[in-house]
Amino acid sequence: MTDLTSLRPKTRLVLIGRKILRAGSAPIFVVLGVIYLLASIVVSVANEGTLLSIDALESVLSRSVGLGIVAMGQTCVLIVGSIDLSVSYLISVSATYSSAIMNDDPNKMALGVVVVLAIGALVGLANGLVITKLRVNPFVATLGMSFILSGVLNASFQDYSGAVPDQFQYLAYGYFGPILVPFILLGGVVAAVWILLRYTTMGHHMYAVGGSEEVARLSGIKSHRVIIAAHVICALTAVVTGLYLAARIKSGAPWIGPDGNYSLESIAAVVLGGTALSGGRGGVWGTLAGVMILFVLDTSFNSLQVDEFLQNVARGVIIIGAVAVYTYRINKRRR
Amino acid sequence: MTLETPAPIDRVSMGPSEASLGVRALRTVRSTPPIFLILLALLLAIYSQAPTYNFVSIFKNGAALAILAAGELFVIVSGEFDLSVGSLITVVVTMSATIANGDPSSTPMVFAVMIVLGVVVGVVNGFIVTRLHVPSFVATLGMMLILVGAVNYITGGTPLGNLPANFRMFGRDAINNFPVLGTLPNSIVVLFVTGLLLYWLLQRSNFGKRIYAVGGNSRAADLAGIDVAGTKTLAFVVSALSAVVAGILLGGYAGVSVNVGNGYEFQAISAAVIGGAALTGGRGTVAAAIAGGLTMQALFALLNVLGYPPELRDTVEGVIVIGAVAYGSYQLRNAK
Amino acid sequence: MTQPATDGPLLLQMSGIGKSFFGVPVLSDVDFELRAGEVHAVLGENGAGKSTLMKILSGAYRPDAGTITLEGQPVTFRHPRDAQIKGISIIYQEFNLLPERTVAQNIFLGREPRRGPIVDRRAMDSATGRLLAQVDPSGTIAPDDLVAHLSVAQQQTVEIAKALSFDSRILVMDEPTASLSPHEVEALFGQVRVLQKKGMGIVYISHRLREIYEVADRVTVLRDGRKVATVGVTETNMSDLVRMMVGRDLEDYFPPHATSEELGEVMMAVRDGNVTRRLHDINFEVRAGEILGIGGLAGSGRSGLAEALFGVAPFDSGAIELGGERVHIRSPRQAVRRGVAFLTEDRKAEGLVLSLSIRNNMLLAMRSMGRLLDSRLPHPVSVRELAANVDLRATSIDQEVRFVSGGNQQKVVLAKWLATRSRVFIFDEPTRGIDVGAKAGIHDLMRSLARRGAAIVMISSELPELLGMSDRILVMRNGSIQGELPSGATEDDVMFMATGEKASVPA
Repeated sequence: MTDLTSLRPKTRLVLIGRKILRAGSAPIFVVLGVIYLLASIVVSVANEGTLLSIDALESVLSRSVGLGIVAMGQTCVLIVGSIDLSVSYLISVSATYSSAIMNDDPNKMALGVVVVLAIGALVGLANGLVITKLRVNPFVATLGMSFILSGVLNASFQDYSGAVPDQFQYLAYGYFGPILVPFILLGGVVAAVWILLRYTTMGHHMYAVGGSEEVARLSGIKSHRVIIAAHVICALTAVVTGLYLAARIKSGAPWIGPDGNYSLESIAAVVLGGTALSGGRGGVWGTLAGVMILFVLDTSFNSLQVDEFLQNVARGVIIIGAVAVYTYRINKRRR
Repeated sequence: MTLETPAPIDRVSMGPSEASLGVRALRTVRSTPPIFLILLALLLAIYSQAPTYNFVSIFKNGAALAILAAGELFVIVSGEFDLSVGSLITVVVTMSATIANGDPSSTPMVFAVMIVLGVVVGVVNGFIVTRLHVPSFVATLGMMLILVGAVNYITGGTPLGNLPANFRMFGRDAINNFPVLGTLPNSIVVLFVTGLLLYWLLQRSNFGKRIYAVGGNSRAADLAGIDVAGTKTLAFVVSALSAVVAGILLGGYAGVSVNVGNGYEFQAISAAVIGGAALTGGRGTVAAAIAGGLTMQALFALLNVLGYPPELRDTVEGVIVIGAVAYGSYQLRNAK
Repeated sequence: MTQPATDGPLLLQMSGIGKSFFGVPVLSDVDFELRAGEVHAVLGENGAGKSTLMKILSGAYRPDAGTITLEGQPVTFRHPRDAQIKGISIIYQEFNLLPERTVAQNIFLGREPRRGPIVDRRAMDSATGRLLAQVDPSGTIAPDDLVAHLSVAQQQTVEIAKALSFDSRILVMDEPTASLSPHEVEALFGQVRVLQKKGMGIVYISHRLREIYEVADRVTVLRDGRKVATVGVTETNMSDLVRMMVGRDLEDYFPPHATSEELGEVMMAVRDGNVTRRLHDINFEVRAGEILGIGGLAGSGRSGLAEALFGVAPFDSGAIELGGERVHIRSPRQAVRRGVAFLTEDRKAEGLVLSLSIRNNMLLAMRSMGRLLDSRLPHPVSVRELAANVDLRATSIDQEVRFVSGGNQQKVVLAKWLATRSRVFIFDEPTRGIDVGAKAGIHDLMRSLARRGAAIVMISSELPELLGMSDRILVMRNGSIQGELPSGATEDDVMFMATGEKASVPA
């Protein structure tokens, strides 16, 4: 370390380079690259050059956008050392209630959005309060919340309910200039969470609380507020995903959240991106990479058209493998 | 010293104290895990609404979940999660149907294959958690995806074959002419036998005592000479085997489909948790976990009797799960 | 009180400080003062009250009696934050840093410079740079370095910079050199002198007498929760300090040593034991009926030796013999099965399962030896007898062990090893965290254990305990056994062998 200082200008660059490599998300991009390379080779060999059909690509893409949005919220929750298993049902709540309220009436679009955002904020607040004030294990608290939402949802709606107006579907199908609106939506959420985590005091405090609640407390940080904030943010991203899915399929149905398995998949994406379940480390880029890995997997398996079910097997293996590598690296560093 | 000095232990009475009957009864109620009272209250509520209700059906239909919860409890007490049990149930039901394809003579062989499968899944889970140091949430989530994918891959999304009668009898049939009850469903017998076995394993055997030690403080357990990795791995094996048994029961009365086990992992964890098990490890009892599983079934029955939409069961369940854990953590903080 | 070595203005005055826990006094009527530009060392054995005094100063505890005045103003602290704002910073042995965050983020945690809700990164980094320039002149640490990538010494530098960022007038350092290399210790002293020149007052807690002579101006010695004396370092010598720290007739406090008839055959022997970079050329024997004391400073390899003997971090080379037979001990499991017992320093974290009952904790090691699918133990055990054997005091044998006192918890741990009929006992700091009244009970138990034929290896950093209990003492330094002392050895003998500093200090 000390001899480097005499070579300051040059070593600064070396240090920066090393820092990028050391940053948590670096390995995931390497993994991503390798997977993509392998996948594209396999795809082109198997299909003799034929690309994925537009329909299939679109369906995979839309799933990735929905997953990506909620995974950003899940990132915040995991960073503070908590977990949210209730997002699947909250996504359904958001989709069904918004389309039921809008009921094909363009004038009620704003109302529908505001109401479900308010529900989301309440759900996040309830999760956060139960975890911090009643000291219920976050796993149980949010699992309980998912049961509660599931019951309410299934008692209220048996099938597609209402419909979103055509204008609202702009969210899923529109173009802003040359760019598909869903990408702007996802990009907006990613940017917002990125700014939150990297630049705001709240974001800094989230890392602190997840890293060590004791250290955070001794530094005068009100850890309960931070944990609650993370849960509210996560719930709001779930609501946005629900709105996006409603826009896509025109009408919300109670099963779209749980069928998409968004709770576990979003946690998987975040964990794939190098954010630790124990909290305190990770970030949006890793999560985005995690979502993209799952996306690449889906596309390549779909285009192979051999056994779409095998992609679940591959997912399982990759998730376990990635986390095994992360823990190995961290343990090695700590030694 | 302002504190009262406790007596040497050999002078302290260790049996039940000589307090009055009323005080003793109150003490018993207080020390009973609340889950038994909740279950009793639910059964009484059902009885008050529908005195002729077939209470045996609650136990019959709740047996699979109760067994699963008791198995999951082993992993929870050891300080880990097992999210793979629901998908393992699906594997057991669909693969048994595929292999047996209605042939009754194959049943013993099918059982043997499923038990081996359970052992393999448990050992792999344990290996990933204890040797690769992957958090069990992630490890068993991965295993869940692998098992679901494998089932769908092998069956192509629709299960083939069917289960022979001598396979289905465990979950479906009953012993007739049973004293008092008239008929005794086989699944209750299975629940009773499995429950006793699991109780002995967790709360009586050296293996079970090691699980509590590992979940309570793995460092202290290690320094007391306990093989922490091996103990955890065996806990995963017990959990997987209980999923095999639950799968055999569910195959009997729920039939064969690729989503028969969906959501059972969370149901099982909830049942164990409302039975007082701590997700941080080291606490929980088999009887309470079984009661937790039966409570969920009783809840379903009660809402049915009351004429509420059955979907609300989930909501009430959610409230009970959160409430039970909040109560537990409150009690733990104020214990003496 | 003697004349202060520096004539800076009085920064801090603590007078008549008293504190009890559950009715047991740990500090009574302690006075302490600190001047600007002074390094004031606090010396004392474990349990003498050093850390309690410092926790009162830093606002973690509130005193039952006494007053604290800062620059003439009386103050009370409700929270560590209060003390920090008033200019008192404390650096614990366990750093309060987040490894996954940068240096700047750690220093300004909870009070980040901001514009609106946005953290002003540039201002934070440049402020951090200015702070680091004062204590890290060669510039080895950058504001955006991740703390996890820094060495222990660098992390300590970050803690010092953090203290500077609060404009602290007073800095408390708790055993700051415990895990530093000699080279890093020199650098630390350089930093301390820089702070001194800035007019800060520094409270320096250490076991290492040599360091006190090198860095401190005055030293206050605590014993059993009371202040013995405050002296200028130039007015005293090492022997005096040791006497002040220990200061009592050992024979009155400890059970008698083993007589030669009580010593039996060799129970455990180590031949040429090595652990890479930690232990070198370990050779010793311990006999039945003998208590072998292991002395040495923190970091000298004492705990490493215990871990090697018990298979936690086994020897890379060399051999362990039990009862004259060469054995392999590669894991605690093997050690337990061969009748070796280990009573760790940190009972709550390593010795007990707090959520289990006394009974189940006593049977813990037995359960590891029993057959897996069997509810019986390898041999029958009466828990009641065990409890009586160690004179356990509790309301019920089924009480959760977290509710019993420290002394009784240690008895539960001992009972756990009595149950397995262990023959060799390794005690690591047997009475740490146990109040004075209960210590004697533990000591009596250890001696009667030896009389019944056990061989005991006892690690202790408390000199009176080491001298009073041991039939023979091995002193460790830098990972090897420096020498052996008989039971009649003095404090000075041990300290000088442990520090290797016989010549450099006035005796």
